Amino acid sequence: MKKHDIKHHLSKELLLAYSAGQLEEGFSLAIATHISMCDQCRAELESLEAMGGAVFENLEPNEIDVDAFAKTLALIDQTSEKAKVTPKATGLPEPLADYVGCDLDDIDWRPIGMGVKQKILVNSEKVSARLLYIPAGTAVPEHSHKGREVTLVLKGAFKDEIDYFGPGDIELADGDTHHTPVASDGEDCICLAVTDAPLKFNKLIHKIAQPFLKI
Amino acid sequence: MLLETKIRGSDHSINFRVYGIDSEKIESRKNVSADSSNKQLWAELIKKVETLEDTSAFEELFNHFAPRVKAFLMKSGADPQMAEECSQEVMATVWRKAHLFDPSRASASTWIFTIARNKKIDAIRKQNRPEPEQLYPDQDYEPDQETIVELQQETERLTSALEELPEKQRVLVEKAYLGELSHSEIAEITGLPLGTIKSRIRLALEKLRHSMM
Repeated sequence: MKKHDIKHHLSKELLLAYSAGQLEEGFSLAIATHISMCDQCRAELESLEAMGGAVFENLEPNEIDVDAFAKTLALIDQTSEKAKVTPKATGLPEPLADYVGCDLDDIDWRPIGMGVKQKILVNSEKVSARLLYIPAGTAVPEHSHKGREVTLVLKGAFKDEIDYFGPGDIELADGDTHHTPVASDGEDCICLAVTDAPLKFNKLIHKIAQPFLKI
Repeated sequence: MLLETKIRGSDHSINFRVYGIDSEKIESRKNVSADSSNKQLWAELIKKVETLEDTSAFEELFNHFAPRVKAFLMKSGADPQMAEECSQEVMATVWRKAHLFDPSRASASTWIFTIARNKKIDAIRKQNRPEPEQLYPDQDYEPDQETIVELQQETERLTSALEELPEKQRVLVEKAYLGELSHSEIAEITGLPLGTIKSRIRLALEKLRHSMM
């Protein structure tokens, strides 16, 4: 994925929660994907991690077992090969590629109405993350959320009542935001949308109802 | 080594309580110069682990960091047994990922903190944590010494800045990184003195990006 002129970035609150390891998986996915595309936020994250490093360094050390070092060396011997570096070739930023598992063109989209399609990537009790496919010029049916919503544009662009969002841009919304994103003309828009899950589905019902589900 | 660091650690907290603010500042400045060379030493030791698979360099790192990793994991809710095992795994990861450590963007403490944090999420919380794409520099890329030294010095300043924060704010920051704060409490943390280190890291990233083209 090429680097673009990203205008909408992550909030300090999200970055701090992520650097402290306090963010749910779905939101972490959006953060990690954006950072893969944005050095400004990467520098911000790494500076927050430096703060974490300072807190860590100042901790009162804990007594460890006398044979801890020997055991650690044994662990290293067991898994002697170095951590492998395997960039994936899906054209997606790595953290997202791990979830999607295929090229954008090969995704098994599920229609959710008005030509809009979705692919659910994370659906935990608290948070859900999905890819949305919005045909050029099409509006996503108006929606609002009880909790937070983080949207990251991967391809194309959309605009809503708030601003214009292109590749790499992040839109942050809370429960009070009512917005109607419209994909820009000329190119279909694909984005990653993460929400504090507003609905709790029974798994079976979820399966049956999936084709009719709105966001 | 372990004894030394323990003494230094407890010394530190005593100073904090017993002395007034002025001497406290002097103390932390004194620590800065001592720690500065230490931290460069840590970075060099990681390099030795990477290039020479040097066990004695690793042992020095281990003696300093393993007890802290264990403390971190226990504060994050692991029982002593689990914290012990996980801290060994964290240190084994330090060995295996030594080639991914970039001293122009992180101090050894910072880097090992991120490994311990990931272990916490993985082993204690049993959650996945998506990670940003690793940056793969060319094989022959070496960050220049000046950039590394500046980053280490900036990390030192950050450490003393943390100590000099108003008590309430400092406790809040520590709790945040130890996983004791909710989202709304995290949102209350403002004004962290990160401007300078952020621009240092930004520069290091630019140099790295340049080498990747």
